Amino acid sequence: MKPARFDYIRAGAIAEAHAALAKDGDEARIIAGGQSLVPMLSMRMARPAVLIDIMHLPELAKIEVKGNSIRVGAGVRQAELLAWPELAERQPLLAAALPWVGHAQTRSRGTVCGSAAHADPSAEIPLALLALKGSVELSSQLERRRVAAEDFFTGLLSTARNDNELIEAIDIPCRAAGHGYAFREFARRHGDFAIVACAAIARVDGARLAIGGVADVPTARDFLDLDSGVLNDALDEFAVELEPRDDLHATADYRRALVRRLGRATIEEARRCRV
Amino acid sequence: MTGVATSWCGQSIERVEDGPLLTGRGRFIDDLGIRPGTLHAAILRSPHAHAKIRTIDAAAARRAPGVAAVIIGAEVTAISASLVVGVKAPIECWPIAVGRVRYVGEPVAVVLAADRYLAEDALELINVDYQALPVIVDLLAALDPKQPALHEGLGSNIASERSFRYGDPEQAFARAAHRVSVTIRYPRNSCTPIETYGLVAEYDANEDAYDVLANFMGPFSLHAVMARALKVPGNRLRLRTPPDSGGSFGVKQGVFPYIVLMGVAARIAGRPVKWIEDRIEHLAASVSATNRLTTLEAAVEADGRVRALAWNQLEDVGAHIRAPEPATLYRMHGNLTGAYDIRHVSVRNRVVLTNKTPTGLNRGFGGPQMYYALERLMQRIAVELKLDPVDVIRKNLVPSKAFPYRTATGATLDSGDYAKALETALAQGGFAELRERQQAARAQGRIYGIGLTAAVEPSVSNMGYITTVLTPEERRRAGPKNGAQATATVSLDPLGGVSVHAASVPQGQGHRTVLAQIVADALGLKPSDIRVVGEFDTAKDAWSIASGNYSSRFAAAVGGAAHLAAERVKVKLARVAASQLNVAAQDIEFTGGRAHARGNPDNAIPFSRLAAASHWSPGLVAEENQALRETVFWTPPELTPPTEKDEINSSLCHGFIFDFCGVEVDRVTGAVRIDKYVTMHDCGRVLHPGMVAGQITGGFAQALGAALYEEYAYAPDGAFLSGTFADYLLPTTTEVPTPLILHLETPSPYTPLGAKGVGEGNCMSTPVCLANAVADALGLSAVDLPMTPAKLAAHIHVSEDSTRRT
Repeated sequence: MKPARFDYIRAGAIAEAHAALAKDGDEARIIAGGQSLVPMLSMRMARPAVLIDIMHLPELAKIEVKGNSIRVGAGVRQAELLAWPELAERQPLLAAALPWVGHAQTRSRGTVCGSAAHADPSAEIPLALLALKGSVELSSQLERRRVAAEDFFTGLLSTARNDNELIEAIDIPCRAAGHGYAFREFARRHGDFAIVACAAIARVDGARLAIGGVADVPTARDFLDLDSGVLNDALDEFAVELEPRDDLHATADYRRALVRRLGRATIEEARRCRV
Repeated sequence: MTGVATSWCGQSIERVEDGPLLTGRGRFIDDLGIRPGTLHAAILRSPHAHAKIRTIDAAAARRAPGVAAVIIGAEVTAISASLVVGVKAPIECWPIAVGRVRYVGEPVAVVLAADRYLAEDALELINVDYQALPVIVDLLAALDPKQPALHEGLGSNIASERSFRYGDPEQAFARAAHRVSVTIRYPRNSCTPIETYGLVAEYDANEDAYDVLANFMGPFSLHAVMARALKVPGNRLRLRTPPDSGGSFGVKQGVFPYIVLMGVAARIAGRPVKWIEDRIEHLAASVSATNRLTTLEAAVEADGRVRALAWNQLEDVGAHIRAPEPATLYRMHGNLTGAYDIRHVSVRNRVVLTNKTPTGLNRGFGGPQMYYALERLMQRIAVELKLDPVDVIRKNLVPSKAFPYRTATGATLDSGDYAKALETALAQGGFAELRERQQAARAQGRIYGIGLTAAVEPSVSNMGYITTVLTPEERRRAGPKNGAQATATVSLDPLGGVSVHAASVPQGQGHRTVLAQIVADALGLKPSDIRVVGEFDTAKDAWSIASGNYSSRFAAAVGGAAHLAAERVKVKLARVAASQLNVAAQDIEFTGGRAHARGNPDNAIPFSRLAAASHWSPGLVAEENQALRETVFWTPPELTPPTEKDEINSSLCHGFIFDFCGVEVDRVTGAVRIDKYVTMHDCGRVLHPGMVAGQITGGFAQALGAALYEEYAYAPDGAFLSGTFADYLLPTTTEVPTPLILHLETPSPYTPLGAKGVGEGNCMSTPVCLANAVADALGLSAVDLPMTPAKLAAHIHVSEDSTRRT
């Protein structure tokens, strides 16, 4: 369990990271907290020729409120965001979801943007980003662009990021008046990847539910009619459309059942939390 | 004890081990330096469960940077011999694939390189041409005579079959009012020590001798297996252990094939070889506990009294019968009636081979599999006969006055008061309140169940129990094997310091602390006066085949041997003191760091001066009285070989456990929450309460893992599905509640200190106790491990969804 040979570049400036990405393209990988990448390197499931370390760039290590959203830079560790005093007030869903990310130890190394970049279908940060209709800021030597979360997660461990691009930040909308937020998850153990994770946002005229851990990408659905019977049927339909699969930890049936039951409970909780 | 009534044993003194371990100063195998020129090994492992190896092309790997050698099966067979196989069959067991792979993860080639990175780089350059063969994963498929034999010499995949009969089971079944049976599929799992296997092997061509440092844990009967495989006399395989070993739970027995493999590799390369197993290797290919299919039937009277048991056990040892298998199946043979007074037993035992990792020692070793069947059966008896499950257990327990009690299958239950332990646990553990709690929960529509288990926990294995797999005739030919030699040495140095060594090979348990307590008690010293050495060296230390750390033998056997060695030193010192103090030797007492005349504490000599006397002035001390170093080899006479009727006292000591618990199953997720867990232990005399609590808590945690989380799972094609800790889930601190631990102490009459083993009991009692509770909660007649939320939710959701649809 030793990585294959790679070169290591500690970027001293964003431009340096951009240059390295431009030069090495798909042979290069950004390393931030390394909580997913390092095990993949050790198991040789990832074997980049170059690792570009972006954890020594102060300009990326910022949490900022810009207009009506929170901008979390690529150098911000999950533990830092969780400890940010304004988090629960600015975005309660994110505050509720973050404690489910791994363990205290992994959160103290892992970054918020790194989790988005890794795009594990059962990870909480991509799920929250999608539920809240956040976006990802990408930059390269050539351009800077913003991709909506729903367009960013394109498949299992794959995203809309181009090989020459750096994720500089993610932007997460702040809480909206009259909205309620809830997050629930079931995993076999505390800190495991979710078997089913649910993020719900309740509005006056309906609710949005995003599900992680079931399909290849986190998936959101808006429900306009929250009448119990109608919602149950809609959730049943949603659960089937997610096309859950059997794996070692759970059956497809079980995942469908949890989408229905946990999904409904999460929506109900979000509705109770509306202010 | 003499003099003031201070006994260090029985106190939870601070562990000498903890300082270095808690400050990162432990000395584990991978922390120790290596000689310059040492090569690092990486192992290419089979991706196939069963395949013929047509060719291995290692030319590119041999040319790769830093590579010194690439070793394949043919080179290993050329200079070594097959590992001895524990059944009488013409089959071989090599530490590397020879012409054929039989499980995913089986070693196929070894690369030796300047460092592990380069060795792993070179692994990718080896080209193996495999021809896939039909795969046998399920143990029932192994019974199919149409399936090809995994080992041709065997002719089938049944490696061993024996039937046993004790008492008159046929008559008991014929007369029984009821017959109750269970069928159990016990899964594969493992105790996964935090430190994986590791070793440094060296070969001395001049003396044709191997020197291996490995975190092996014994039993040292395997030293003989290794020496024979390496084709050297025992004195030319020097085996040493590092000062610290990071857990084992039986599993590190399984490093022994690698000791042979890397010994051969070092010989071929002409340089020392270091190999540290990584976690992926460990999960796929170290050792697993056996999976077992058991059908167990009871002949039961109307009141719940069990008159006879009929065991049918089908044991899956994986792709090879690797020593000491099929020991897992026979370890409990004397205890097949558990804690119960049942005189009629029939047993059919079959051992089969499948395309899975070979099995080996694992905490509980046969007990989890056996008790799962027996205690599920007891619960089913209560349900089917509409009796109180507590009463069914109570009624069948070995009576309090019956000790020592010889079980139908031959074990001597040394001591105990099972009824008292049970009643004490029910009272102190709050069983009546638990039942009220269950009623209240059920009244609220919650899914709540109560489980119970009674178990006898065997410890200090009889080295002869495994020969029960042979027929009496085969045993006669092979010669008797039995006993449980424990050794300990107490030495005095020229400043009067006391050193202790015992071949117990600790892996973090705290042996050094307890040995210091025991010897301090004997010599009237403080534990801090005693220095205990943990590492072990077959070339220098006293040892025998039973040496090592398994079958919970430390407190009962090794601690006892240390006590006897210290007593021997004391007897000699008393004679020296007698001559100095002008009193009779029998009037010398040792207290407070001094030897003194009984009744006259002023007539005294400091212990250190006395202890140094035989070094500085041997002329003063008669030769036979010289107190320098005493080694005791102790084996209990009770551990006799199997009788002609196949009765076997498989273990020396038998602790008693009575557990009960309350669990709630979540209606939405199917997750099991342990509401309350009570575990009553009688492990004889308790030497260090803190460590006993640690053993119980640790065993409980691992058992909870087996019950709810852990399974070494295989796909139908033999692919290994539990290859990382994201797939093989261990309970962590957030999943493990704290059990209420209760004690009763009935000392063993057969051990020097009255202690019995306590390390494995909860691995035997807890999985089935939790399963009984879940079965009670959900009204299930059959429940198999691990009890995952998805499995349990299927029962809940099916009934709820059918209700909703109507």
